[in-house]
Amino acid sequence: MSPAHYFRCLVGVAEREGLRFVNQRGRFISALVRPLVWLLIFATGFHFVMGLPPLPPYETYISYEVYIAPGLIGMIQLFQGMQSSLSMVYDREMGSMRTLLVSPLPRWYLLFTKLLAGVIVSVLQAYVFLAIAWFWDVRPPLYGYLTVLPALVLSGMMLGALGLLLSSAIRQLENFAGVMNFVIFPMFFTSSALYPLWRVQESSLLLYYICSISPFTHAVELVRFALYGQFNPVSAAVVIFSLALFMGLAIYGYDPGRGLIARRAAAE
Amino acid sequence: MTVAADITRGTPVPAEAALAVEGLSHRFGPREVLRQVSFTLNPHAFTVLLGLNGAGKTTLFSLVTRLYDHVSGAIRIFGAEIKERPSEALARIGVVFQQATLDLDLTVAQNLRYHAALHGLPRRLAAERIAREVERIGLTDRLGEKVRQLSGGQRRRVEIVRALLHQPRLLLLDEPTVGLDIASRQFLLDHVRMLCRSEGLAVLWATHLIDEVDPEGQVIVLHQGRILARGAVAEVIAATGASSMRGAFDALTKSGPG
Repeated sequence: MSPAHYFRCLVGVAEREGLRFVNQRGRFISALVRPLVWLLIFATGFHFVMGLPPLPPYETYISYEVYIAPGLIGMIQLFQGMQSSLSMVYDREMGSMRTLLVSPLPRWYLLFTKLLAGVIVSVLQAYVFLAIAWFWDVRPPLYGYLTVLPALVLSGMMLGALGLLLSSAIRQLENFAGVMNFVIFPMFFTSSALYPLWRVQESSLLLYYICSISPFTHAVELVRFALYGQFNPVSAAVVIFSLALFMGLAIYGYDPGRGLIARRAAAE
Repeated sequence: MTVAADITRGTPVPAEAALAVEGLSHRFGPREVLRQVSFTLNPHAFTVLLGLNGAGKTTLFSLVTRLYDHVSGAIRIFGAEIKERPSEALARIGVVFQQATLDLDLTVAQNLRYHAALHGLPRRLAAERIAREVERIGLTDRLGEKVRQLSGGQRRRVEIVRALLHQPRLLLLDEPTVGLDIASRQFLLDHVRMLCRSEGLAVLWATHLIDEVDPEGQVIVLHQGRILARGAVAEVIAATGASSMRGAFDALTKSGPG
């Protein structure tokens, strides 16, 4: 297997993910409408409730809309990560995961291409969201649109790897509703996406601790800082560590020798 | 009763079997699904793996394609042990799974190009092979259509084309004719037999339908995880004293374990 093989495989998987995404226009629209509803309705409603002093990375008082924009980008990526894991469960049920896994390329690489393909889609979604948010006065500096890119890739990969891990553990498609309830919403609410952590600390110390160790909080903070051209080393470290952990476990889950796939076959 | 009219007996053993399975056992928890399964497939031979539903055919396929690992025994594809040299082994196998595995919302061409990419084929080469195989199987005018619009038989044909794109030397088909009408079944059988003859492909065709056994070909009878007979069809029939494959199958499975 030459490097060209690896590359062609990556292109092929990304192309398929893109085609599927374009074909399911409803998926694209709902992926965009969800955060926009939060931005246009929820944030407007809270506009005067939440006053936000200038804390890094912000240099002035900011509106609530500006505050939650990175959190909503996180939401886009969280949903995309879970949705591509949903497609993995679907793929496995449809059997096309099997065709992926009988490719002669190493399995970790096949999972990695799957992950990267999902990240490309989620980064595109994030930029479309940012473009629309610009009209609602969410206007980070222009260079921020560039410096946010590596943060988006990293956070997208981390959340995608989490999805991959879940997909190796979920037995059936119906269980995905459970994932929504038990993974997506708790993660979203126990993070700095909707409210700054110092505010959480005032009302509940326990919730504050949960929020401050959540990988999702750090994905959001990484994006928040990067959007203003700043680097948040703690968040970057947590995101990278979580990415490695989730990916490692997902590869284990899909390992033909040890993983969950054989155990699942036993249950079928 | 176990009949081992081995296909290699009496003839020179080929340097490398297309597929060699040795002492393969597999269990899911307490349930033993395969028990000491051993057989070899000659290159260029069309072999039917005959067994009722639940005989262990799909498990055998999952192990041979390394969906999960075998714990005991050995599986070699043209000499490459699947666990030790998976890449080499998998590159030589083309598979048609029992479940449908095409993406229904993508076109035939998109599905095929995706598969070619998974095997690392350059675009132009992939296009050439797709054009050639699709023409041979009579689907050229369907390339741009979404798979959803195709009939069951046509979808199976696309899956066979897909399995051949990386030019494997061993083609595995797990119950490829399930749910198809008689004409589609016959078409697939004829096409794959033709491939076997003209391309020198080794074929393992799993089925529970006795009439899919080629009287002049090879057969492996798998029942409750054990191989009851293997060899040339005529020899297997003769060894059981039956007059047809159906009679032989009945005799074997009645006297077999359980």
